[in-house]
Amino acid sequence: MKKLKRSLFLSVFCLAILPYSLLAQQNEKCLSCHGEVFYQYENEWTGQMDKRPMNPFYHVDSTKMHLSVHKSFACIDCHSPEYETFPHSGELRMEEKYACIDCHGGDDDYAKYNFEGIEAEFQESVHYKANDEKFNCWMCHDPHGYQLALRENGPIKDVVSLSNDMCLSCHANKFQYGLLSDDDPKAIEDIHAWLPNQRNHFNKVRCIDCHTKVQDDILVSHKILPKAEALRSCVDCHSANSVLMESLYAHRVEESRAQSGFFNATILNEGYMIGANRNKTLNVVSIVLFGLMIFGLMIHFILRLILLKKK
Amino acid sequence: MSAKLYLYPLWLRVWHAFNALFFLVLLITGISMQYSSPDLPIVPFELAVASHNIAGIGIVIAYVLFLLAMMFSPNKKHYKIQFKGLIGRLTKQIQYYVFGVFKKQEPPFPTTEAMKFNPLQQVTYVAVLFVLFPILAITGIALFFPELIVNNVFGVGGTLLTALLHASAGFVVSMFLFIHLYFATMGATFTSNFKSIVSGFHEAH
Repeated sequence: MKKLKRSLFLSVFCLAILPYSLLAQQNEKCLSCHGEVFYQYENEWTGQMDKRPMNPFYHVDSTKMHLSVHKSFACIDCHSPEYETFPHSGELRMEEKYACIDCHGGDDDYAKYNFEGIEAEFQESVHYKANDEKFNCWMCHDPHGYQLALRENGPIKDVVSLSNDMCLSCHANKFQYGLLSDDDPKAIEDIHAWLPNQRNHFNKVRCIDCHTKVQDDILVSHKILPKAEALRSCVDCHSANSVLMESLYAHRVEESRAQSGFFNATILNEGYMIGANRNKTLNVVSIVLFGLMIFGLMIHFILRLILLKKK
Repeated sequence: MSAKLYLYPLWLRVWHAFNALFFLVLLITGISMQYSSPDLPIVPFELAVASHNIAGIGIVIAYVLFLLAMMFSPNKKHYKIQFKGLIGRLTKQIQYYVFGVFKKQEPPFPTTEAMKFNPLQQVTYVAVLFVLFPILAITGIALFFPELIVNNVFGVGGTLLTALLHASAGFVVSMFLFIHLYFATMGATFTSNFKSIVSGFHEAH
């Protein structure tokens, strides 16, 4: 009986992990080259094993891939099955790639992400307007390693870092930037020289918090603005009505409101901003104390005037 | 004409003037930043931040020089609190301010060369200069270098706590400023104490 139970358990376990092991096997073949810095193959002409460096643009970080939102996909779900033969046919580089909307558009399971809205915003962005269809989703989002940042409950600094790395993968990398421009990217520090406490801002605020227009129905705005329209006014963030409440902290604010009401300071525990982190209780206490003090001093002063004049 | 005592040496008056100037800038810009609003800026935010930083550095340097000068000056004796019988002396001074002053009574602790502060002044100045001011300076310097601040203190952001402590201490010192200015009107004449801190000579009641 015990043996039967064990066999039954093993069978169920094997059936449960079967799709994943098949997937792993399928992807293993691709990753044996694309997941490595160097790849090897048998050269049919010379009969020798050749070792070549993998083009960094075609390299896939297998660890990131297994942590990404697309981890349950086989490579050939998105790429042509013809890639299974090596050497790959030269014509395959002409293959049209899927965009996010091709899989996620019109799907109720993904309605909360509003991919249609994202697509519309993206087409309004300075990137798309300047480059048309040459600029696609994958210029910023790595399909092989994409992780949800803002919707997860990780620290804000990790959200900021993940988000800003997307921008810097082009704007601080002349090889990637060169795919769309003949110029070198300008040094981020130089073009933001006007920004006080630059390092602090870069570590605590996402590029898109100043460089996009916030839209209510999309969590992460995709309408990247021309540089002349980016936020430059300090008080847009450093005030009680901080725009960061509608962008960087938007998701947390909504959750907090739903759970336990809304407190500025609680939400912004992770990031202090002058002007935005006001403790309402302390504000009231300070105003009352100050009022009492002025009242007391005035009474004292008036009594001094009246009583001393009499004498 | 009442007797005049030379109580405020030049270095002290210069420090006091700079301290007052820096503190006013810090107070106005501090309030402006705390309540910053895109519609009603008391001082434009960028200017407020820059002025607050500069005045903050200025007041700390002035404070360090004040401490150094105190070490080599007999002035430090005025800040040594005699705890024995302190409560009684404080009560006496408070009674004077609340009742005695209206009856034209003589101050219970008149200003002398040996003791220029009354007990209440002494305790207040020690609290402001040696407790609140260091809190303001340390938290202010920490906010200059927020990367040095502990990230999380029992689930609350360390920078937020530092900023709250800075603003709260700043508020208490601001209250002191108003009380200090009002009590300065209670000298021999309405303006005599203001003249004293310029000339150095105190005019007794």
